[in-house]
Amino acid sequence: MAVKPLTGNYAAAWAARRARVKVVAAFPITPQTTIVEKLAQFIERGELDAKIIRVESEHSALAAVYGAAAGGARAFTATGSHGLMYMHEMLWWVAGSRVPLVMAVAMRTLGPPWNIWTDHSDAMDQRDTGWLIMFAEHNQEVFDELIKMFKVTEDEKVYLPGIVNLDAFILSHTTEPVDIPDQEVIDSFLPPRKQPYVMKAGNGLTMGNIPKDLRENMEMREDIFRAQERAKRVIEEVDEEWYRLTGRRYGGLIECYRCEDADHYIAGVGAWVGDMREAVDRLRSENGLRVGLLKIRYFRPFPREEISKWLSNAKSLIVFDRSVSPGSAGPLFLDVVTHTTLAGLRLPIKNVLAGLTGLDVTYEDIENVVLKSVGEVEESGTFRNFIEWHYGGEA
Amino acid sequence: MSDEVKQVLPLAKPMEGVSGKTGTWRVTKPVFHNDKCVKCRLCWLYCPESVIEIVDREDAFITINYDYCKGCGICSDVCPTKAIDLVPEGE
Amino acid sequence: MLNKGLTEIRFHGRGGQGAVTAANILVVAAYKAGLWGTAFPHFGAERRGAPVTAFARISKRRVRVRSMIRHPDVIVVLDPALPKLVNVFEGLRDDGRVVINSPKRPDFRGPWMTCYVDASKIALDYGLVMAGWPLVNTAILGALAKAIDFPMKHVTEGIQEYIGGVSGRKNAAAAEKGFSEVVCVE
Repeated sequence: MAVKPLTGNYAAAWAARRARVKVVAAFPITPQTTIVEKLAQFIERGELDAKIIRVESEHSALAAVYGAAAGGARAFTATGSHGLMYMHEMLWWVAGSRVPLVMAVAMRTLGPPWNIWTDHSDAMDQRDTGWLIMFAEHNQEVFDELIKMFKVTEDEKVYLPGIVNLDAFILSHTTEPVDIPDQEVIDSFLPPRKQPYVMKAGNGLTMGNIPKDLRENMEMREDIFRAQERAKRVIEEVDEEWYRLTGRRYGGLIECYRCEDADHYIAGVGAWVGDMREAVDRLRSENGLRVGLLKIRYFRPFPREEISKWLSNAKSLIVFDRSVSPGSAGPLFLDVVTHTTLAGLRLPIKNVLAGLTGLDVTYEDIENVVLKSVGEVEESGTFRNFIEWHYGGEA
Repeated sequence: MSDEVKQVLPLAKPMEGVSGKTGTWRVTKPVFHNDKCVKCRLCWLYCPESVIEIVDREDAFITINYDYCKGCGICSDVCPTKAIDLVPEGE
Repeated sequence: MLNKGLTEIRFHGRGGQGAVTAANILVVAAYKAGLWGTAFPHFGAERRGAPVTAFARISKRRVRVRSMIRHPDVIVVLDPALPKLVNVFEGLRDDGRVVINSPKRPDFRGPWMTCYVDASKIALDYGLVMAGWPLVNTAILGALAKAIDFPMKHVTEGIQEYIGGVSGRKNAAAAEKGFSEVVCVE
């Protein structure tokens, strides 16, 4: 075990190294590039026995590692922003063919205008592809969850690819101490790769032919849906196993921070959950507001039972989204509202759209939003508006 | 209602210094000496920032716009008669 | 200064001067001193020579805040010309510190304590030059350690671990020099 000061990107590269990936392919894009640069350095120094396939685009990058993974290799890629958009078609192919594969996404604003700062729109746009989608809060979680993601995706109950998302710069280029367990520890945790089938020479096999029977085709889609449901238990079990090995556990799909006695709740994904923790502590100590924080770790599969369980006695909920579906609302908000409603909960839920395009959000901003909005609920039983664009400063 | 519509568009017009005063990036400054200049225009041709202007005055053949000159030194490098010195900024 | 919960530091330099590296080394040193830290750059026009900022947070527990630093406790200025070009003092707390690379006492005044050291000369004395520029970031780290009562031993170790080899030793020596030569005035 060794604690190293690492950026989020280097933590991701270390995870791929410790998972002993055999094939890496990626196309450079800010803020992802240093992940693959670091992996290239590991390989060059003989510290990682893997091949890097040089490609001309992100679409080809995922196609290359997809082929390698279908052929039986543990494979890894990374991208973000427009690179992920360009890759999008291949995400469907990988998930649809049920090939386990792991990717890190350094989340960045989509243009126009050109912008390199964090925003969750690129990650949220992969919602329906069938990939497991996880959002990390800090660099230790980037490393831990990537390692765990290999195990989850290669579980026969799942056999789906997975993404670990890390925010541009505030994780990808931020240096902080990260514990990197020794190789033997990871080897004892990660079994040899399993997958539903292996494409190899001499073994006549095609994948993805036009189906004779569309009913069967729809069943394939339902099977992905069911695999996502099954993945929930696997994610929790793997989290517990990781805890026994490293002493670090994250709560599986979701963590509820200071929720035991909470009246009002806030929810979010990604790095700014750290700022939300600070806001919750301060709202409790300085304003006497009992606020709890739902840190939603997995967006797919969506932790609907867990969220509804925590909110069963809640007076209100504010969902912070760092992306939006124009013409509707924030994607996290939409899922939360859908599943709490289906669970029979009737509490006021508000969507705060903040930090889009990388606009800086401080814990004071979060405190201000909560103070104002919770004040409305305490006064009238509901929020004055349910979708609010917040630019920071005084609410 | 229609007169309240105001679009926010990702547009910019060509103009001088859209990145701000890039002259602040300079750590060395090109200084021109007219007496050595042979009017070959190489500095004007090679300047990547187009901050050299041919003015063809009695006292100076060129001027350098220090608001935007980043101090890269290419002008000094290409000058065949060493008519442009590079001096540390602030001296 | 490190006794309060969280110390927030903003580095001002020029692209290529090593402000980001200085912030990173500080996190390495902090961990050796039993403290947690984060270091992050502010990417704007990240170009050689352009004014850039980098940030570091040092704390007794894991740093969880990710937003920009708006009210730094300390500003570190790697280039003496920068205060004339950008407002390096923006948001600086009244009880804060200014650590600046300057051969003489700077002429700006404020409620904070000002610590100055001729980091350019130290860098040149130790042969720390890259592409024609003195590498002042390690000398100024030594000065910073003095200014905020940060254990110098760990700064030296952090520099040697981060840079390594002969260059690491030279940089560590420059930091020691910065630590011993810095002058702080109210």
